[in-house]
Order: sequence, then structure tokens, then C-alpha cells
Amino acid sequence: MSLASSIKKARYRFFPDHIVGEMLSKSWIDNAIPFAFMIVVVGVIGLLLPNFFTGSNISILSRQYGELALVVLAMTTVILVGGIDLSVGSNFALANFLMLYFLNLAHLPVGVSAGLTILITSGVGLINGLLVGYLRLRAFLTTLVTLIIVRAVVDLLLLEYAQDMSMSFYSSPLWDMMGLGGVWIFPFSFVVLAAVAVVAHIAFSRSGPGWRLLAIGGSRRSAFNMGLPVKRIVCSAYVISGALVGMAGVLYAARLSGAGTDTGIGLEISALTAAILGGNSLGGGRGSVPKALMGAVTVLVLSNGVLRLGLNSGSGPMVLGLALLFAVFVDVRWMKNRHKLLSKVYVSPTLMEMPDPRPTDKGPFEINDRLSDVEVIALGEVESPEDVILDEDDNLYSGNRHGDIIRYFAPDYKTHEVYAHIGGAPLGMSFDRNGNLLVCVGGMGLYMVSKADRSVSKVTDETNRSVFSVVDDSRLRLADDLDIAPDGKIYFSEATIRYEMHDWPVDALESRGNGRIICYDPATKKTRTLLKNLVFPNGVCTAHDGKSILFAESWGCRINRYWLEGPRKGKLEVLADRLPGYPDNINRASDGTYWVAIMGMRSPALDLALRMPDFRRRMARRIAADQWLYPNLNIGCVARFNDKGEFLESMWDRYATNHPMITSMREHKGWLYLGGITNNRIGRIRLEGMNDGWSGWSSYWGGSARGQA
Amino acid sequence: MKFGGRLKYVSQEKIVFTITLVMFAVFAVSLDGFIGTSNLLALLRSVAVLGILGLGMLIVVLGRGIDLSMVANMAISVAWTIQLVGTGMPLWAALAIGLGFALGMSLITGILVAFAEIPAIFATLAMGTFIYGFGRAHLITGTDVVYLPADFGWAAQIGQGRLLGVPIPILLAVILAVVVYLFLRFSKHGWNTYNIGDNAQASRITGIAVRPTMVLQYMLSGTAAYLAGLITATAVQSMNTRIVNSNMIYDVILIVVLGGVSLSGGRGSVRNVIVGTLLIGVLVNGMTIMDIQYTIQNVIKSLILLLAIVADSVINPRDEQTGQQGDI
Repeated sequence: MSLASSIKKARYRFFPDHIVGEMLSKSWIDNAIPFAFMIVVVGVIGLLLPNFFTGSNISILSRQYGELALVVLAMTTVILVGGIDLSVGSNFALANFLMLYFLNLAHLPVGVSAGLTILITSGVGLINGLLVGYLRLRAFLTTLVTLIIVRAVVDLLLLEYAQDMSMSFYSSPLWDMMGLGGVWIFPFSFVVLAAVAVVAHIAFSRSGPGWRLLAIGGSRRSAFNMGLPVKRIVCSAYVISGALVGMAGVLYAARLSGAGTDTGIGLEISALTAAILGGNSLGGGRGSVPKALMGAVTVLVLSNGVLRLGLNSGSGPMVLGLALLFAVFVDVRWMKNRHKLLSKVYVSPTLMEMPDPRPTDKGPFEINDRLSDVEVIALGEVESPEDVILDEDDNLYSGNRHGDIIRYFAPDYKTHEVYAHIGGAPLGMSFDRNGNLLVCVGGMGLYMVSKADRSVSKVTDETNRSVFSVVDDSRLRLADDLDIAPDGKIYFSEATIRYEMHDWPVDALESRGNGRIICYDPATKKTRTLLKNLVFPNGVCTAHDGKSILFAESWGCRINRYWLEGPRKGKLEVLADRLPGYPDNINRASDGTYWVAIMGMRSPALDLALRMPDFRRRMARRIAADQWLYPNLNIGCVARFNDKGEFLESMWDRYATNHPMITSMREHKGWLYLGGITNNRIGRIRLEGMNDGWSGWSSYWGGSARGQA
Repeated sequence: MKFGGRLKYVSQEKIVFTITLVMFAVFAVSLDGFIGTSNLLALLRSVAVLGILGLGMLIVVLGRGIDLSMVANMAISVAWTIQLVGTGMPLWAALAIGLGFALGMSLITGILVAFAEIPAIFATLAMGTFIYGFGRAHLITGTDVVYLPADFGWAAQIGQGRLLGVPIPILLAVILAVVVYLFLRFSKHGWNTYNIGDNAQASRITGIAVRPTMVLQYMLSGTAAYLAGLITATAVQSMNTRIVNSNMIYDVILIVVLGGVSLSGGRGSVRNVIVGTLLIGVLVNGMTIMDIQYTIQNVIKSLILLLAIVADSVINPRDEQTGQQGDI
């Protein structure tokens, strides 16, 4: 093997391409860019300023951070509901002034002063809320006007009282603690922020009011049409904003104890920049408290750093302006292209080197016409019977794509009824000891139809979550075949965890081990994953001796054996590989061998493409999905093999007229019943030389079946 | 709807114009010296700059945009021009460089809005902050105010000169109003500005070059800003860059919105801006004569703006069903 191909092999073996797509599909990826930006900003400023990471500096910064982040949270609340609040800057100045006024001139206690201040700033928020929420004015212009008016009011008040205020100096232990002290090593404002942030985070992510607020931001029209009190909620967002700004203003007053005309000037731009830099979406609906906090860190460090670097006066606004532009640009582009990007990178083909197939011109796979005289059942009356099964009374069962289990009555199968309706897409089936029908349902999980009253119940639809999986893989996406071991444990396969059922061709294009074998134990009612990273596992079948299960890996064109007991317990081995097509269901034959359905044949072109993952990746990105290379599922065969993995015979229908496509087969009393997922019929063919009395159920559960070996 | 139907013929423009006339009449009767020619010329002259900025803003607003960077662009480009002349550069070269700077900045703004698809409010807000910051950091360092050099040549006449007894700023504002009117009424790009403001998607489908036209709108507003800046600077012999931190940009929006130009784009004309400008002119002049404090003037102007947009929303209510997402 050449070095290049070794490198290629190692690269596809060890580099998890699919992680990129899975990460993009997570909602926390929205935080990645803001977080990276925050780290870069803090890192660069930290490097440029020698004493940046010292304790005292961090302490000073975190005190300012408490105030700024409260204002950013105020802005975020309003942005989330789909508005904007430009009045935060002057409202902040108003709070600062009022707090100092109440303390110094009205001589009120700290608690009362703070309460009154927050009440008044909430009132300003209420005015905004009434205008924007109830009168439906434009948030930007309205809050712009309140910005000007409140600023003018503050200026007037300052003219009136500034001199008196500078004369008196209020001091009390509580007030000093608010401005200078804190709790343990944390400054007071930081503690307040932490408390507010926790409450706000729970409110936004886990409470009804928070969800309703986000719903309005996401789509005001839909929220209105579903009957949410849009006006009231929008209004209350502005009131909350006013209250939070009031708190920030009180803390600012405690820190500096001075009222100047420049208090809070431009704060609205800083807060807006922070909210957007953190990754909250303009226009509402998408955002969170952690995003606001991240954005606040970035803006605080950025503006503080520029100031301390001693650059000239314009640099602060310049950097802030650039940061805002950058943030909005990323926000707009990200929102617009995220799904495009996801759909482009989600499909991540991997290297799959398939050995040459067994010959079909001689040997057990030699093409013949043994299936050409299949008897056809229910022609045109059933859609996509993926699996077929028969009970002890010779009745025939199959699923269909409408989510029903259909029962065809013995002996001629000319009449049928809906045995049970499950929903989803019923795939593999199996009878348990008591005659209950267990069904793997694509998109739903493992279900049971009870024999007694045909009631449908869920057996399991989730398994243990993988520790290192990016996406939550606990939910079953495509359970496709099952079998029951002698001890009653149910072994079933999940073909892929990355795609829904109708996207199976894309999984074939990836040919990554996306599937798994899962075991459900009825004794403990626990479901756990046994084997992972299987290439479209399928067709689970308990061996005749009950000591192992056999299953096919469809896109891998091989049949595996997994030992349940004996010396090799827990080991997985390849029983037969190099199949000429894609194996699907495996079932027992009456003579101690096994039937396997080959649902489609390999083609040299796809085999070659599987060796060229880059080619398949380009294909998936650049051309329409209906023009991709897919496995051919038009024609196949039924083959029989023994416990050693030796193939004994195969049955083909060369002209593909009677029963073109086969995904499953069951032997029952001398007949072989055939199902195919793209068919509109069920087939059966008389078997020569097989046991006429043998049935699947009795092989599993009848007589001494349990201790056959 | 009933309310709107009853007020069908009572547009905001007519209300504002009526208020202007009433206020004019009241001031004329009650205030000494209000009605005199010199005061009226002073009145017009005082709002000429605002009117010119309003005309630039009009073009952008008609295309469903907004330009909050106008005042910053005006202050920095003109201050830099003056500074260049002060350091000995020929007048024409300095003027060209200043205009080039203003156009360059508005070109960037336009590209950010049209091609990068950043909402106009944020693009222009950020550009305004950036222009001011960049100017103060790299162009006009050390001082807030740049004074007009003694030898500013013919350009000094822009703000100070008179033609046939009429101050040149007023003439310039009138000429510009006519030019903008002709542009919007008769030129292809003017028409397309309305079309884009009405429905940008449909305009795009019909084959209008939506993005370049939007860039053009911002460059026109940048030109208006530069002209307004030259008038301001030559009139008061200096350019104070701190004007960026004032409420001036809100005054510009005020006159545009007051006159009845819809911020959703596509509705309005030069006439609306003239009406808005006159109201503010009369109001400010009257209040100045009455010696009302500047801060209180701001409050009154803001309240009037608030009333105007409340009236707008009552007459043209925004429906929950047709409201646009993200339209803030």
C-alpha cells in the first residue's frame, strides 16, 4: 500500500468530518462566533496591557461590568421581543441623578431611594412600552425621542440641583458597600448582575412568559394569530428594560457618587453593540442571556482597552463603530447562510474500500430465473411491504407505508384487513413467545401489537446517549429490524442515526458507520446500545442455536455475527463479506441455514466512488440530490447461507417482472414469502426439498426450540 | 379603518402645514420683530442647513433606508477640508478632497447597506460613530473645533454672501430642493428610488439595479451633508466636530418625518420636507425670540416629533397581519 493511500485511510479513519455538520446543526453553535471573538478581544487587550490580568484591574472591570451588563440585558430583553431601546443611555443618567437626589437632597434611606429610582425608570420604560406596544409605533424612532426628552429632563434637573448635590455627601455602610465593597471577592454590582442574569436566563429559557416573549420576537404575526397578548408582552419588555437600566444607574451612582451631564452618553450604542456582538439577533426571537453577557465582556474590554492604550480621543468610537458593523454583518450573514452552510457540509462521505464482489456468473450467486414464477399476493393493494411474517395459523402480515400492519388471511391470502395502525413506517417484524407482534417503526422506535386485543404500545424509542456524540443520539431515528433471543431480549438495529428514513440514499453516499445494534431487555425495561459505527445495519436474526445474532451491514455488503454467549461472548466477527449486492433482512431457513435478501446490486461506478470521498463530497455540494450516485435498489435476489458463512444457493428474477425487488423473505411451511420496500405486492414461491411443516414461530418458540442446541 | 377613512383627506402634511400657518400667525401677532424681513430671512437661513440635510435624508428614506451618519460625515469631511486649507493646500484641492472623503464614506455606507445587507439603521449608526472616531483619531487631532482660515477665498461666500439681498444659504437650499425635485420626478434613478422603497423585492425582479441605486442614494445624501457642512462652517467661521454628539441628526429626521414622509419608504416628496423645515424654522425662531432655553426647545421639538409619529400611526395604522418582521 502506498504512503498516500495510507495517509488517506488514516485521515478518514481518525478525522471526524461529520462532526462539523453536526456541530452546525446544534443551536449552541450560534454562540461560537461571539465566544471566539470575546476570547480574541480579551487575549489581545490582555497582551497589549501589561497589568490587565492583575487582581485589582479585574476587580475594577468587573464592577463596571455589572453596570454595563445590566444595561445590555435591558437592551437584549427588548431586542428579543423584536424592538430596540435607545433610551437606555439617558434613562441610565436619569437613574443616576435620581438616586443621588433621593439620598443627598431628599434624605431617604438607600433602599427606598433605589426602589423609587427603579420605579421611575420603569415608568420611562412604560412610556416606551405604551407607545411601541400598544400604539404600534416604530421602536427605533420612539425610543430615540424618549432618549432626547429624558436627556433634556436630566439636563434641566442638573441645572437645578447639581450645585446643591455637590455640597452634600451621603454616606452609609450599605451605600459604601454597594459602591466599594461586595460579597467575598466579588464587587456588589457583579453580584447583582449574577442574580439578575440567573433569573433572566431561567425566565427566557424555561418559563412561559419568556417563551412567549421570544415567540413574539420570532414572529409577531404568528404570535398575534395564536392569541398571545402581543401588546402587553411587548410593553412589559420595555418596562423590564427600564427597571434593569434603573438598577444599573443606582449601582453607577453608588460607585461614582457624581452626576454629570455626560453620564450615559453613547451608552445605547455600547449596549446595542454588546447585545449584537454577543450574537442576539436583530429583529428578535433569537438570543439568550449568556450571549448578552459575552457581548458585554467584549465591549467592556474593547472600550476599556482602547481607552487605556492611550490612543487619541476618536479611537474609542471608531473601534466601537467597527465592532458594531462587524457584529451586525456577522449576524445578518450568519442568519441568512447558516442553513445553506449546514446543508452543504452535513453530508460527509468517508473512505470505503470495498473488496471485489463474489462472482455472479458461477458459484452460488449464479444468476438464474428461479423467482420468475413467483405467486403474487395483494397486487396493487399494498404499498411498500418492507417485511413479511406469518403466524402459526398461516396468516400473513406485512407493514405498509401508511403506518398499518396488514393481515392477509390464510389459506389463499385474497382478503386482508388492517391488523393494527401504528403510524410511522413499519419495517422489521417478529413474533414473541406469546404471539405478540414486535415491529420496528422507522421514525418512531420499537413497538408491540399485542395478540390479545391488537393494542399498540411503545416498547422503546430511546437508548443511552453516547458520551462523546455531538448530537443527541438517544432517540431512535430509523429502527429497521429486530429479532428476539431465547432469553427474551430484543436485539434490533438502527440503520443510521444521522438521517431520517427517506434520506437513506444519503447515508449510502456517506457510507460511514452511522448505525448501531441496540438491545432491549424486557426484564429491566432498559435499552442500551451494544454496537456502534456499523454501516447501515439491518436484518437482525438470532442464530439457530440462540448463541449469537446475525446481522447485515447493507452498504458494507457483509454479514456479521455477534456472540451473545459462549467463549466468544461479546465479540463481533464478519461471517460473510464480498456480497455482490446490499444485504437486507436475514431470517432462518428450515434446514438450519439462513435466508438473506439482497435488496440491490453493487455497481462498479459506486464502488469506485466509495474509494473517493472527496468526489462524493463535491457531488453532494454541487449537484442536485436527484443526480447523485445512489445504490441501485431495482433488482436483487434471495440467497441462503449456513452458519459458517458459506453461500449455498440464490434465487433471481432476471426479467424483474413478477417480483422485482426484495428486502425480506420468510420461510413458512414449504413456501418462501417475499417482501420488497418499493413493491406494490407480496410474493411467495414454493420451495423444493424444504421441511413442509416448519414455521418461523415454532423454530423460535415451539417445542424444544429454546434448547435446540 | 373608519377613523382612517374619515381622515382620508387629512394628510399629515396638511396638518403640519396648517399648524405652521397658525403658529406663524400667532407669532406674527404676538412677537415683536417676528414678521420683519430680516427676521424672516434669518428664519429661513437658520433652517437652510437643516433643509439641505433633510433633502439628502429624503432620498435615502424614500428608498426605505435612513442615514444616521449624515451629521458625522458633514462634520468630519468639512472640518478636514478647512484644516487642509489651513495647512496651505489650494482651496479647490481641499474642497475636492473633502467632497471625496464624504463621498467615500457614504459609498462605504451604501455598500454596507446594499451589498452586505446590514440594516440601514445599524449600518449608518455604526458608520456615523466610525466616521467621527476615525476623523478625530487620524484627521482632526488635538482640537474639537477647526477654525476657518482667513483666506478661504470665494468659498467663504457660501455661508456669508448674499445675492440680491437674499443670503446664499437660502438660495442654495432652494436650488437643491429644485434639483432633488427634478431628480425624483424625472430621472430614472429617482423613479427607481420610489420603486425600491415601495417594494425592493419586486423592483429586483423587474430588473431594476436595486443595490447600485441604493448606493447612489447614500452618496447623494453624503453630497448633501458636505454641502450643508460647508454652509455651516463658512457661516460661523468654524466647524465644531462635537456637533456629532448633538441632537442634530434627530432634527433632520424630525423635519423629514414631520412633513409626512413615510419611513417605510416610497411615500413622500420634496414638498413634505419643505413643510417640515418651515414648521421647525418657525418654531425655533419663535422660541428663540421668546428666549426659551435650548434644552426645553429640544423637549418641545421631541414632543412634536412624537406627536407627528403618533398621528402617523393613527392615520396609517400598522396592522399585525401586514407588519414586517424585523422592521424596527
